[in-house]
Amino acid sequence: MTAHDTTLTRPNAPVTTYRYDDFDAAFVKERVAEFREQVRRRLAGNLTEDEFRPFRLMNGLYLQLHAYMLRVAIPYGTLSARQMRRLADIADKYDRGYGHFTTRQNLQYNWPKLVDTPDILEALAEVEMHAIQTSGNCIRNVTADHFAGVAPDEIEDPRPTAEFLRQWSSAHPEFSFLPRKFKIAVTGAAHDRAAVKVHDIGLALVKNDAGEIGYQVYVGGGLGRTPFVAKLIRDFVARADLLAYLEAIMRVYNRFGRRDNKYKARIKILVHEKGIDAVREAVEAEFAGMDRAVFSYDPAEFERIAAYFTPPPYEALPADSEKLRAARVAHPAFGNFVEVNVAPHKAPGYAIVTVSLKPVGGIPGDATSAQMRVLADASERFGFGELRISHEQNVILPHVKQDDLFDLWKLLDAAGLATANAGLVSDIISCPGLDYCSLATARSIPIAQAISKRFADLSRQRRIGKLGIKISGCINACGHHHVGAIGILGLEKKGQESYQITLGGDPTFSANVGELLGPGVTAEQVPDVIEHIVDFYLAERQEGESFIETWRRIGHARFKDVLRREGEDGAGI
Amino acid sequence: MAAFKHPQILLASSLADGEVLFLGAAGWERDHAKARVARDAGEASALEAFGKAEIAANRVVDVYLADVEIGADGVPTPLHYREKMRIKGPSVRLDLGKQASGGA
Ligand code: HEM
Ligand code: SF4
Repeated sequence: MTAHDTTLTRPNAPVTTYRYDDFDAAFVKERVAEFREQVRRRLAGNLTEDEFRPFRLMNGLYLQLHAYMLRVAIPYGTLSARQMRRLADIADKYDRGYGHFTTRQNLQYNWPKLVDTPDILEALAEVEMHAIQTSGNCIRNVTADHFAGVAPDEIEDPRPTAEFLRQWSSAHPEFSFLPRKFKIAVTGAAHDRAAVKVHDIGLALVKNDAGEIGYQVYVGGGLGRTPFVAKLIRDFVARADLLAYLEAIMRVYNRFGRRDNKYKARIKILVHEKGIDAVREAVEAEFAGMDRAVFSYDPAEFERIAAYFTPPPYEALPADSEKLRAARVAHPAFGNFVEVNVAPHKAPGYAIVTVSLKPVGGIPGDATSAQMRVLADASERFGFGELRISHEQNVILPHVKQDDLFDLWKLLDAAGLATANAGLVSDIISCPGLDYCSLATARSIPIAQAISKRFADLSRQRRIGKLGIKISGCINACGHHHVGAIGILGLEKKGQESYQITLGGDPTFSANVGELLGPGVTAEQVPDVIEHIVDFYLAERQEGESFIETWRRIGHARFKDVLRREGEDGAGI
Repeated sequence: MAAFKHPQILLASSLADGEVLFLGAAGWERDHAKARVARDAGEASALEAFGKAEIAANRVVDVYLADVEIGADGVPTPLHYREKMRIKGPSVRLDLGKQASGGA
């Protein structure tokens, strides 16, 4: 099989995603058969829930507030039109006609039946998808920059590395039962769109003075109840050493990581308690002493994988499209869309389009099966049949000709997918919260909806500029609230839903955990408080400053003070 | 056991499809209005014991008691917002969950 095997896809849709080889396909098929048998035994009463739980979690199946939930892996967020279509078909046949895209570049179904899950997994396997390692104390789905391979600021496409790591970590016997789950993210660009510093291990591709490409390695980041920004453990790891170096880190974590308390079992706690220098010393000692040969990094294998991610056959085009310029002038709504949701592309005449899954008042990250099909069609007509899921819970079309943008926009608009708010106030990351999640202490989706309705006016949003609001329904921080410029955390206080607000979080290379604004507020008060914060920023900002820049310049205390004074007038914070 | 302060009902999730169930007079019900209400600690432990047996029989999972108040119509409504949500379905999608079929 090759990367561009046309028998597997439509002739007009060359695919630039990784293809399973026979081994992969057989492995996934075997896992489905195994799970089918486990489900059968569970339903027949031969397995208790305690015996069955680890098996279902190994296949991404949770039990939630109203139903089961299935988490499907979308490795490094890349998928083909055919896979997107299959996700839509599964939503229709086995779920309620929609899916929820998450900050870990996965898709969650909220209503599958236990009895149907083996069939769902089989339907996924047919299009080279699965739910393996989307749960459990293993190395989870490796995530990557959603602009991988197309961003102009890129040193190298991070996906071959991510795929390489996926193959290394999948069913790795030593790392299938770690003290806790383990998350790795990779970025290959100058600007970090993969939030590498809030992962257990973050990898940034770099070029050294000799012009060789290698990795900057960060370790010990993570959100949850104790958020930490990762520390740099090594400035440069040569590609040939990558697996061995990661093995060394994992071994040190496995040996010294705490197991006495599940909340302290993450590598971030080890790094925090021992200090990065001690951890580095241990890792370097392990790395120096180990038999690296067994971590058979094989450059040929890396090249084989990388070949799957070669750029699609772009046409030679002028850098700027005259057609696009004219359409922007003629159709202001389209012009706004281009200004906000379209990003520059490596290849002349092309563009990267962010399709927002955050319509005003909508549920962040949800897409109906009809919308998934529109996106699949759009990617085939306008983007070589390739799509991405971003950790901001949006869908990316990575290779659209500038000449085609207007036609694409019309298609998206008709499907309710053309909201021009990427990166703006209403492009909110929100976890499912108490509307679905059994761990939640408060709702988060209605808060996102209320804020996005309050700021419904898109021209006002553009005036406000880039501002990331992120919401979680409990301290596990699935909604990344710690790294939101404005973060919102739902808690329970005296039997009521209560929301804590933080400011100044940042998920990029300049990562920062947000600072608390004050005591919690009620759900009704949240939009008012956010509006006060935004108004204060608008009054204080200097020319060209983003929210986070103003916050950094004038300091947290000023925001706190103003809100306190506002509170005396009834804002309640 | 904690002191008995409020009437209670027994909740569970169906093993086969994950739907929220309530223990009623004659077995598991999908509508909380049909839930059997425990009015003292003795009745509550009887519900719990039944729940444990049902777990052992692999019909349900995640069984627990929830405090309720009894409305004028005799229908028990959970006191905590978490279970208030569970008897209906997601508050953001009224077309999904029990509320969609008029069960709540
Ligand atoms: C409703 C189903 C979900 C359940 C039961 C769940 C469970 C959890 C748990 C238990 C944690 C804490 C583990 C830790 O210590 O790191 C966690 C963290 C996290 N989850 Fe979820 N989650 C769910 C949905 C989601 C969704 C929808 C997203 C994305 C929108 C997500 C993304 C994350 C992220 C990014 C973290 C932070 C972990 C870290 O940085 O270390 N999860 N989740
Ligand atoms: S942050 Fe909490 S409430 Fe939200 S999805 Fe994660 S575990 Fe559930």
